[in-house]
This record gives sequence, C-alpha cells and structure tokens, in this order.
Amino acid sequence: MTQLLQLLLAGIAQGCVYALVALGFVLIYKATETVNFAQGDLMMLGAFFALTGATVLGLPYWLVIIFAVAVMAVVGMLIERIVLRPVLGHPAFTVVMITIGAGYVMRGVVTMIPGWGTETYALATPFAEGVLRVGGVVVGVQQLAVIGHTALLCLALYLFFRFTRVGIAMQATSQNQLAAYYMGIPVRRINMLIWGLSAGIATIGGILLAPATFVHSNMGFIGLKAFPAAVVGGFGSVPGAIAGGLIIGVVEALSGFYLPEGFKDVAAYVVVLLVLMVRPSGIFGETARKKV
Amino acid sequence: MRFIFKTRYDQDLRLFKHGGQVFWYSLLGVVLLAAPWWASEYVLSQLHFIGIYSIVGLGLMLLVGFTGQISLGHAAFLAVGAYTETLLQAAGWPFWLTLPSAALLSAAVGIVVGLPALRLKGIYLAIATLAFGAIVEEIMARWESLTGGNSGKHVKHVELFGMKLDGDADLYYLILALTAISCVALANLLRSPTGRAFVAIRDSEISASCMGVNLAKYKTMSFAISAALTGIGGALYAHKVTFISPEQFTLLVSIELVTIVILGGVGSLHGAVFGAAFVIVLPQLIALAKDYLPSGVAGASGLQATVFGLVLIGFIIFEPMGLYGRWLKIRTWFELFPFYRKGMFRRQKTYMKSERLR
Repeated sequence: MTQLLQLLLAGIAQGCVYALVALGFVLIYKATETVNFAQGDLMMLGAFFALTGATVLGLPYWLVIIFAVAVMAVVGMLIERIVLRPVLGHPAFTVVMITIGAGYVMRGVVTMIPGWGTETYALATPFAEGVLRVGGVVVGVQQLAVIGHTALLCLALYLFFRFTRVGIAMQATSQNQLAAYYMGIPVRRINMLIWGLSAGIATIGGILLAPATFVHSNMGFIGLKAFPAAVVGGFGSVPGAIAGGLIIGVVEALSGFYLPEGFKDVAAYVVVLLVLMVRPSGIFGETARKKV
Repeated sequence: MRFIFKTRYDQDLRLFKHGGQVFWYSLLGVVLLAAPWWASEYVLSQLHFIGIYSIVGLGLMLLVGFTGQISLGHAAFLAVGAYTETLLQAAGWPFWLTLPSAALLSAAVGIVVGLPALRLKGIYLAIATLAFGAIVEEIMARWESLTGGNSGKHVKHVELFGMKLDGDADLYYLILALTAISCVALANLLRSPTGRAFVAIRDSEISASCMGVNLAKYKTMSFAISAALTGIGGALYAHKVTFISPEQFTLLVSIELVTIVILGGVGSLHGAVFGAAFVIVLPQLIALAKDYLPSGVAGASGLQATVFGLVLIGFIIFEPMGLYGRWLKIRTWFELFPFYRKGMFRRQKTYMKSERLR
C-alpha cells in the first residue's frame, strides 16, 4: 500500500511537469491553432536561462524563476513575431514543421553559447534532497515542491484567465478569432502575448524538472511525452492538459514498477493510442462536426 | 513558352507532355546510368543515399503531399522494411523474395496504422503516428531474440539470381532501377482514378465523399502504398549501411523524412527527389562551410541542427512550394524572358481556417 502511494506521488510529481509543458501546447493551440513542437525546447532554453541567472548573475531561487520566465516570455514573443506570424493562415502541417524548425534552431544554438554547450549542469534549488515521513510513506521534498508550484501556477492562471482584461481577451481570441477581432481585441498582439505566456509556463516546467534530469541541451525531448499528455486530455482544453499530464505521469510511474523493463518509456504512447481509439479528440476534447 | 495544342483526349493522359520532356528525362537517365564512370566513390555513395531517400520521399509524398494525411512515424516503416530484409536474408531467402516481403510487411503495418487514421484528423493523426513510431522503436530495442536489440545487426550484400552485388556500382544500379520504377509507378498511379481520389481527399474530405470516393478505402490504401515504398527504402538502406540498429530509426529520422517532403515541395513528385538530394547534400555543404566560420560556431555539435532548422524555417516562410516551386519560377523566368513579373507566383492571401470544425 505504501509502495503504491509512493509510486502515485512520484507519478504525480512527474505528471506535473508534463502538465506544465502540455499546458503550454494547449494555450498556443487554443489561441492560434498552431501545434508548437518547440515547446520542449522552450522549456530547455528556459532552464538554461535559469542556470545563467543562478550561476553567472548569482540570483536567489525566487528571482531566478522570475528572471528566467521574463527572458523566456520575450523569447516566446519574438518567435511568434518573427517565425510564426508570416505563416499565419497556412495549412496546419506547414506551421507544425516551422515550429519543428524553430526547435532545431534552439537546440543547436544552445550548444554554441559559451558556458552552456553540450554539458550537463545541476540547478541548485532550496528544496534539496530532504525527505518527509508520513506514516511509512517517504515523501521527497522536491516532489512536494513540484506539485505545490504547479498547483500555485494553475491557480494563478485560473485567476488570470477569469478576472483580468488580457486573460478574458485571450479566452475570446481562442474561442472565435474573427468575433474577437470585431470586438476590438488586438488579436495579433494577443497571440504574441500567448506565446510569451506559454514560453513562461514552459520555463517553470523546466526549472521544476531540472533537479530530476539536470539541465542539458536535449532535455527538451521530454516535450514529446507532454504531447501525448495534451492529446489524452484533448488538445484545446486547459483542465484536460493538467489531467492528461497527471494521467501520463502516474501511468508511467506504475508501469515502470509493475511491468517489465521498457514499458515505462512507451507507456505514454500506448495510453495516447488507446485514448485516441476510443475518443478521437481526447477525453475533454470538443467534438464538433462541420455542417455543409 | 511552350503551348501544347491538344487535339486528342489521350494527350491529357500522357506521361510526357511533349518531346522536350522526353529529351531531358532521357538525358538525365543517361547521365545517371553513366554515374559509376564519372562519379568518384564518395559521390557515388551519396547517390546511393539520394536514391534511397528519394524512394522514401516518394512514399511520404504520396501520403502527405497527395492524400493530405500527416505522418510523424515513417521511420517505423523504414525500420520494418530494414529488419524484414535483414532477417529474411539471414534465413536464406533470395533477394527477389525478401524485397517484396519487406514491402508487403510494411504495407500491412501501414494498414494497421491507417485504420485509426480513418477517425483521426490533423494533429491527432500526427500524434498517433508519432506514438506508433516510438512504440516500434522500443519494440526493436527490446525484442532482442529477433532484432539483436541495441547492439544491432549486420547485413550481408545483395545476391540477385546468383550474382553477388557487392560493388558500389552494382548496388547503385539496383537502387537506381528501383528509384526509377517507383517514380514511374507513382506518376502512373497519380493519373489514374485512384490517384485522383487521393488528391480529392486531400483537398476536401467532404466533397470527396460526396463524389463517391470511399474515404476509408483510399486513406488506408494511401497508407499502405506509402508504407510499402518506405519499406523498400528501408530494405535498400539496410544493404547500403550494412548495419542496422534501433537508433537509426528514431523520431528524429521521421522528422527528417518529413522535411524531405516540405523542402522539396508538397504535392510534386519532383519535389520528393529534389528534397532527398537536398537533405543528403546539406550536411556536406555545412562541413565545407565550417572552414569559414568562427571556431566557436564551427566546433559546436549543434551546428547542423541550427542550419537545418534555419533552412526549414526559411523555406516555409519564403518558398512554401519548396525546391520544386523555386525551379518552376526559374523555368518560367527563362521561358517568358523578358516578361517575367514579380507577382506571377504570388500566393493568394490566406486567412486562418479553423480546423476544429471539420
């Protein structure tokens, strides 16, 4: 029983990271109908900026987060402005390929920057290797921190989308771009802000992931696991992304323990195939048909 | 500018539109047939890869460019082809049986993948194929009794009707023949009712089904043919590199295969060949350019990825029709000289079309 609880907790902590990356996917998809394959690489870049903030600038942990998120928000907005806007309105697949290209560039450029390169770095966090014991269950402080951060971020995002002007404008844009345009919402600027926002969320995901996997130029490939998470929840549904991330994280943790070796790596993909067979647009996805 | 005055219906169906095409394609054929005489060993080896990638590119072009279905898992079909070929050859089967088996098994796997594709659209299909690719990669790494796992498997040379094709030139002719056959076969397929049905599905599924196209049948068929060609490419790839292991068939390879289609120009058979040549030649160009770059950039391991990404972005923004589109423009410039206008190929203004309601 305690073993199961412990696995669940580890799975949820890992799932939170998936959920954060998936959240970035979903926000961009909802607003611009672009599937951003570079989300994992944005996360990687964010983690590197956090590393620079912590080591070169010597900032404390909280400032590191703010610094990295701010820098990455600008990077995200620049990517939208320079790369994505010229191809607005192209077929979805073309846009997917351009984000893949952007991901390649980010992964490549990181190896060229002095001090970053191809090495693996550890990002210092205030929640070191401490453990809590709750009735026989050993709980890593790091895992609790990840879950706590994610919960806080979700709350902040909920409040942002519910009560701020920009947040509501973003919701309007993602529901119906044309109608939003008619209502006087600057849709392009909102798209840019959404890219900034999701780059920032990815950065937080990267910082939370860093203690588990360290910071290196290929850590963005975890984005490929977050993808199934977003799809399981239904692309275009924010609660779905969180739920999908948690499902994938927990399934992975359980299959890593109970099933033979090798199943852990493909668990996410098996889950996504099963879900897509039953519900072709995810668990929380909208199912709508075009009427002629 | 050449105007073809058509007087009979079968002129519309001809493979070659006019004598000029016959001439240029024959010239290309002669130059390629003579390649072992004019090309160095290194160039010939690159031509091998261009041929193999062309076959795979043609397969993917049929699926992506002509049927409008996305696949991010084509490396899996490549792997199925390569492993089938290797294992059957090791079991003593002759090449004229192993190659069709590789193609048929890939096609069968393609049908299995194509079946869910009937319900999935756009990005969901991309994810499903991506997941499929990841699972196949893992199976190859874990099923050690069959595939040799991560330590890989060695592949012997091709033996065709008692002849051992162990020289570079022998393999070259085999690849060249198969590439040419695939090109002609696809060109033929695309001017048949089947090919027209594929294009109809790409342009609009609703109107295709209204015109009596059986969506399920043709989508599955497209997946099967595409997978079969990729399987043939995989089998040849195995013989070319003579060693296969699961790392050669990762997601990154799938993405590279898709870039062949994008860079070459979506929706043209020429594009698949151009794209394949480009993807093979680009790393060589980067290696040449290294001497002129500052050492910090040239020495970085990510240089190739960066250039690759920049090229991809540049093409999609500035030349969405790919290399074939660029070639069309250059040709038109010469044909119309001096009357070429800048706006001739200007894209129609596009607006965002929602894919949610389809």
